[in-house]
Amino acid sequence: MSTTLSPVLSDQWDAERSWTLATYEQGRGYRALRTALGMAPADVVTAVKDSGLRGRGGAGFPTGLKWSFLPQPDGGPRYLVVNADESEPGTCKDIPLMMATPHLLVEGVAITSFAIGCTHAFIYVRGEVLHVYRRLLRAVEEAYAAGHLGKNIHGSGFDLDVTVHAGAGAYICGEETALLDSLEGRRGQPRLKPPFPAVAGLYARPTVVNNVESIASVPSIIDRGVDWFRSMGTEKSAGFGIFSLSGHVERPGQYEAPLGITLRELLDMAGGVRGGHELKFWTPGGSSTPLFTAEHLDVPLDYESVGAAGSMLGTRALQIFDDSTCVVRAITRWAEFYAHESCGKCTPCREGTYWLKQILARIEHGRGTMEDLDTLLDVCDNILGRAFCALGDGATSTITSGIALFREEFEAHITGGACPFDPVASAKFDYTPRNRRADVHALSGVAAGTVGA
Amino acid sequence: MTTTTPAASTGAPPVEQVTLTIDDVEVSVPKGTLVIRAAEQMGIAIPRFCDHPLLEPVGACRQCLVEVSTPDREGNLRPMPKPQASCTLEATPGMVVRTQRTSAVADKAQHGVMELLLINHPLDCPTCDKGGECPLQNQAMSNGRPTSRFHDVKRTFPKPLAISTQILLDRDRCVLCQRCTRFSEEIAGDPFIDLQQRGVRQQIGVFDPGVLGFAGSEPAEVYRGVQPDGTPISKAEGLPAQDPAGPAGQATVDTSGRPFASYFSGNTVQICPVGALTSSAYRFRSRPFDLVSTPGIAEHDANGAAIRVDHRRGVVLRRLAGNDPAVNEEWISDKDRFAYPWQGMPDRLTVPLVRERAADGTRGELRPASWGEALEAAATGLAAARDAGGVGVLPGGRVTLEDAYAYAKFARVALGTNDVDHRARPHSAEEAEFLAHHVAGARMSVTFDDLEKAPTTLLVGFEPEDEGGIVFLRLRKGVRAHRNRVVSVAPFASRGLERLSGTLVPAAPGTEAEVLDALVPGADGVLGEAAGLLGPDAVVVVGERLATVPGAYSAALRLAERTGARLVWIPRRAGERGGVELGTLPGLLPGGRQVTDGAARVDVAAAWDVERLPETPGRDASAILAAAAAGELGGLVVGGVDPDDLADPVLAREAFASAGFLVSLEVRASAVTQLADVVLPVAPPVEKPGTFLNWEGRPRPFPQALTSTAMADHRVLDALADAMDVPLGLRTFGQVRAEIDQLGGWDGARAAAPSVAATEPPSLADGEAVLATWHLLLDAGRCQDGEAFLAGTAQRPVARVSPELAGHLGVDTGAGLTVRTERGQVTLPVVVTPMPDGVVWLPTASTGSAVRATLGVDAGAVVRVQAAALPGAARAEVGPAGGAAQPQPLTEGEER
Repeated sequence: MSTTLSPVLSDQWDAERSWTLATYEQGRGYRALRTALGMAPADVVTAVKDSGLRGRGGAGFPTGLKWSFLPQPDGGPRYLVVNADESEPGTCKDIPLMMATPHLLVEGVAITSFAIGCTHAFIYVRGEVLHVYRRLLRAVEEAYAAGHLGKNIHGSGFDLDVTVHAGAGAYICGEETALLDSLEGRRGQPRLKPPFPAVAGLYARPTVVNNVESIASVPSIIDRGVDWFRSMGTEKSAGFGIFSLSGHVERPGQYEAPLGITLRELLDMAGGVRGGHELKFWTPGGSSTPLFTAEHLDVPLDYESVGAAGSMLGTRALQIFDDSTCVVRAITRWAEFYAHESCGKCTPCREGTYWLKQILARIEHGRGTMEDLDTLLDVCDNILGRAFCALGDGATSTITSGIALFREEFEAHITGGACPFDPVASAKFDYTPRNRRADVHALSGVAAGTVGA
Repeated sequence: MTTTTPAASTGAPPVEQVTLTIDDVEVSVPKGTLVIRAAEQMGIAIPRFCDHPLLEPVGACRQCLVEVSTPDREGNLRPMPKPQASCTLEATPGMVVRTQRTSAVADKAQHGVMELLLINHPLDCPTCDKGGECPLQNQAMSNGRPTSRFHDVKRTFPKPLAISTQILLDRDRCVLCQRCTRFSEEIAGDPFIDLQQRGVRQQIGVFDPGVLGFAGSEPAEVYRGVQPDGTPISKAEGLPAQDPAGPAGQATVDTSGRPFASYFSGNTVQICPVGALTSSAYRFRSRPFDLVSTPGIAEHDANGAAIRVDHRRGVVLRRLAGNDPAVNEEWISDKDRFAYPWQGMPDRLTVPLVRERAADGTRGELRPASWGEALEAAATGLAAARDAGGVGVLPGGRVTLEDAYAYAKFARVALGTNDVDHRARPHSAEEAEFLAHHVAGARMSVTFDDLEKAPTTLLVGFEPEDEGGIVFLRLRKGVRAHRNRVVSVAPFASRGLERLSGTLVPAAPGTEAEVLDALVPGADGVLGEAAGLLGPDAVVVVGERLATVPGAYSAALRLAERTGARLVWIPRRAGERGGVELGTLPGLLPGGRQVTDGAARVDVAAAWDVERLPETPGRDASAILAAAAAGELGGLVVGGVDPDDLADPVLAREAFASAGFLVSLEVRASAVTQLADVVLPVAPPVEKPGTFLNWEGRPRPFPQALTSTAMADHRVLDALADAMDVPLGLRTFGQVRAEIDQLGGWDGARAAAPSVAATEPPSLADGEAVLATWHLLLDAGRCQDGEAFLAGTAQRPVARVSPELAGHLGVDTGAGLTVRTERGQVTLPVVVTPMPDGVVWLPTASTGSAVRATLGVDAGAVVRVQAAALPGAARAEVGPAGGAAQPQPLTEGEER
C-alpha cells in the first residue's frame, strides 16, 4: 500500500469531548490564529495561494486565488460566508467535522477573515443538523469568551464577529448565490452572474464563499507551512481531504487521506466491499458525478485524474454499490432527490427532473418502454448545460452514465416487466419493501399530480 | 409582445458601440445591449418568455438559448461550453452568436426547453383567454416539437386563484417566467404576488401561509367565482385580519401582509406570456381573433396614456396598454384598463330629449324629439336666455381639444359671453390667474421624461398614485434607476409616497402656501432638507387641489423663481389642460390669449370672422352657478358635469333648477338631465375621433373606435349655432382641426402672476378638526360605473385621524368616526395615521364618503368629529370574521 491516512482535520475526532475549546487547545488549537495575526493579511493569502489548496466543496477552485479576486478595500464591509449546507447524497465530511471539532472551523474562519479583511463572517449550516448547529453555536460562544473572536482579538486590533445561521433545509442553498439569497432572508434561488460574489455578494458587498473543509484546512497551512501541505497530494491537487465511504463497504466512514489516493487503497483500509459481493459501481464525488465501476478502482482520486476518467472528484463522497444493487433503483432514488430539491427557478431543471423521475419510476417497476430510454437520454441532454445552475447538470450525471454503463440492466426491467433484483438482498439492515401497489402508485406520480392547495 | 428598445434620447453623450456577429451578419449596438435585443434589431426573433425590455433580466425560462463564441485575449474565438441565455448576456466586441437559425445546438436547446415547458402545461388553449395571442402558443408552433413525448402525470392546481376581484390566477398555465412578480416589485412597487414553494411545486401566489406550509395555517383559499355584481360566491375563509384601508372586495394578502390593492395589477395580465393571469372582466368573453383593435387614449386622467381598444360588433370588450415610450411606456392604471363600460351603460342617451315648461315655470316631462325639433327648441331658448341676462357655459373637464374649442367659440360667438369655465371642481380666481400666467401657451415645459430624470421632485397638493396614475410609475422609475428624491407637501405619507421612498413635509390642509414659503435652505428639519434638494434641475408638481388653498399657487410660483426649479401643473381630468389651451376659461381665449388683451381679441375675432368679442372676463364656474341660482343668468349650457364634483353641489342643483333655460350635452343621463329643458346626446370618446392634451401639453390624438351615430360635442354645438343663425363652421372634425391649427399659438403678452396672500389657519374648538381630502384613483366616480370587478379592488374608504386627535376622541384604528358639518355627516372606520394634529382625512368621492355632496365643504374646512358606532355591515367588513373586534397587528408584514 503506497498511501496511508493523513489525519489532520480528523486528528482530534477521537479525543475526549473533542468539540470543546479545552480539548482543541490541548492540541494545536488556535496556534495558527496567533501566527496569522502576526503576519500581514496579504501574506496569509499568499501562503494559502502557494499551498495549492483547492475548494473542497466540489468545484476545486483554488482557494487563495478566490480570495485575491476581492476588489481593493473601499472602506465598506466585506464578508466571509462558510458554506456548511452539506446536502449532497453520499457526502458526509463537513457535518462530522463540525460535529467533532467545530473549533477547527472557527479558527479557520478567524484566519480567513483576517486575511481578506472581513469583520463579520457567517457560517450557513444546513438546518436539519440541529446537533451540529448547537455545537457550532457553543464553539463560537467559547471562542468569544476566550478572545479568539470579538473585539481586538489577542491584542491585534482585529475585530471579528461570527454569525452561525441555520438554513431551512434546501439542497439548492449549497449553491453559493442561492445561499447568499437565503442568508439575506430571500428565497434560496441562484442569482444571475455577473456580478459574482467577490464583487457583489452578501448584501451586495464583496464576499468570499468557501466550503467548511477548505476553511478548516487553512489553520494547518498557516501552522505547519506551505511545504508541509504540498508534500501531500499531487502537484495540481495538493494536500489532503476527507473521503467519505458509504454503502456496501465493510467499514464505512470518513477516511482522511492525501488527494490522489485510489479507491482500491481506500477499500483496503475500509475492509473491502461487503463480504461475498463484488463491486458493481460507485460515485467518486457524490450523486452529481458520473458513475464509476470496478474498472476505475485505480484512478487516482485527485481533480485531474477523476476528470480525465470521465467523472468529477466533487466532494469525495464515495458511495459503494455491490452486485446486489439494482442500478435503475439507485438512479431513480437520486432522480427523486433532484426533483425534490430543484428550486424551480429555471425550466430545464424544474420540469426536467419532474419528468425524469416519472420515467425512471416506470422503468423501475417494469412499465417502461425502449423509447423511454431514448427519451431519458434526450431529456438529460436538454437539461445538461441548459439549466440556470449546476443542480440540473448534476441531476443528469448518474442517469446518462448509468445507461451508458448498464444499458442491458435498464432493458431487462423493460423486457422483463419487473425489477430483476431483490431489494432485500441489497439492504445492509433488516428491510421490508413497502407495499408494492402503494409504491407504484406513489412513484408513478399520481400522488404528485395535484400539489399545493 | 413588445420588442422595442427605447430610443436613446438626443443630446446624450455618444454611447460606445460594440460590434458583434449574429447569424453571420455583423451588427453594431450600444455597449450594454443584450444579445436578444441586438438580434431583434436585425429582425431575428429569439423565442423568450421571461425577457421583457422594461424589466430587469432574470434568465429563468431558458427559452432564448443561443450558441456563443467570444474571442480570448489573443483574439482566438473560443466557443462557450454551454448555450447561453441571450436575455442576460451583454454583447461584447467580436462576439459571435448563432441563434436557432444557424445553430443546431441552439435550435435543439430551444426545442428542448419548449417541450419541458409544455409537459406540465394544461394545453387548454381552446378555452384559454390567451389562445390566439399567446406567446407560449405561438412559440410552441415556431420553436417546438410537433408532438409530445410526455406520457406521465401532469402537475395540476385547483383553479383559478382570485388575487383580487379583478385578477385571477391559473397556476397550471403558468411558466414561472416571473414577469408579473418582477413588474409588481420593480415597476409598481406593490409586490402582491411572489414565488412560493420549490421545484415543480413552485408557483406564483399571494402571500399565503397555507401554501407556504406554516404550522397551523389554514389551507389556501380557492376562488369559487363571483356574482356579476362582484359578490364572492363562497365566503372568504382563513383570511388574515383585514386592514381597514385595504380594498373593498375579496382580496388576498400581499407580501407586505396587507390585503392586496394595486392600481396597476392589470398590467400583469397583459405581460403574462401565457394565460395564467386573466381579468374577471374579460375572462371567457372573447377570442382575440374576433376582436377589432383600435388605438386610443385613456380618458380617465390627464396623462393621455396610449391604450388599445379591443371591440367586437360595436361593443368594447377590453382595453390594453399601448406602447408609447414617451408617455406611458407600456403601463396603464387599472382605471384606464378596466373602466370602460360607462360608455355603453343602459342609461346612455341616444336621442335628443325636450321638455316643455308651464307658464309658471313648472317643468313637464322630458320626451324624445327629433334632432331638428330639439335643436330648434334649444336655439330658441338660448337666444331668449342670452337676451335675458346671458347664458353661462360649463363644458366639464373631460372634453377633447376639439370639443373644448367648440365650447369656447360657441360661448363667445353664439352666446356673446365669456361666462365659460370647464373647471367642474373647486377652483379659484388665483388658480385662473396661475393658469393664464404659467400654464396656458407653455406646452411641453415639463415632460414625463423630465419627471424621470429630475433628481428632485416636489409634490404639492398632488398625490402621485391616486391623482397621478402613471405619473407615479414614472417617478418610481426615476427613484429606482437614478436614486431621485421625491418630496411631498401633504398631511401624511401615503402608501404611494412610501413606495417612492419619498420624504414627507407635513402640512395641514390650508397651510401649503405657508410651508412652501418656509422651504428655505437652513430651515429646521425636513423643511431645510427639502429646500436643500431644490435647485434648477428640480421639478415642482402642483395639483389642482391647491385651488382650495389661498396663496398656494402664488407661493409655488415664488418657490420656482427662488430655486430655479421648473413648475408644472398636473390636473386630474383629461380635458383640463386642453381647456386651458383652447380657452374654456372666463379670462382666456384659445392659445392662451387673454380676454383683456385687445390685440388678442382682434386676432381671434379675425380668425372667427366676427366683428368683436366680449371684452370683459366672464364669471368662473362658481360665479356662473351663483348667478344662475340668483336668477341673474338667463340660461346654462352644461356639458359632462356632475354637480357632486362641484365645490357646492347644493348651489349647483339650485342653479340648474333656477336657470331659465338649461341645455345639457351628455353621454349618459345625469343629474343635469333631470332638470334640462333640452338634452342633446353626445358621443363618448370611443365613438368619436379627438385629441386630448395631456398634462405635459402633448397632443394625444385618437381615432374613432366604434361605428356610431352619436355626434361629438363640437358637431352638436355647430348645429345648435346654425339653428341660432350664428354659423360656427365646426361641423366636421377636419374643420375644427384646421381652424385650431390656423389660429395657432399666441406670442403676445401673458397674464401676470397671481399674488395672493396666504390665510391664517383656522383655530379649532374642542371636537373640531381641519378636513383633508382628495380623490382616490378608484372611487365612486361615474366613469367607473358598470365595472364591479374593478370596484372590488378599490381602497376601502376610511377616515384618517392624527394620533393626538384619535386619543382625544377615544377612537382607535378600526373604530368608527363621524365627520359632520351643518349640511351632513360621514361615518367611516378610522385608521390612525401620523399627521399634523387636528387633521381628519376623508376620500373625496368614495362610496359612503361623498365629501362635497354630503358635507358641502372641501379641504381646509373646519369640521366636527366624534367617535361613532359603525353600521353593522361596515364593522363586519372591517373586523376579522368571527375573530376579535380589533384587527390584529400584521406582524408578518411589519417585519418585512
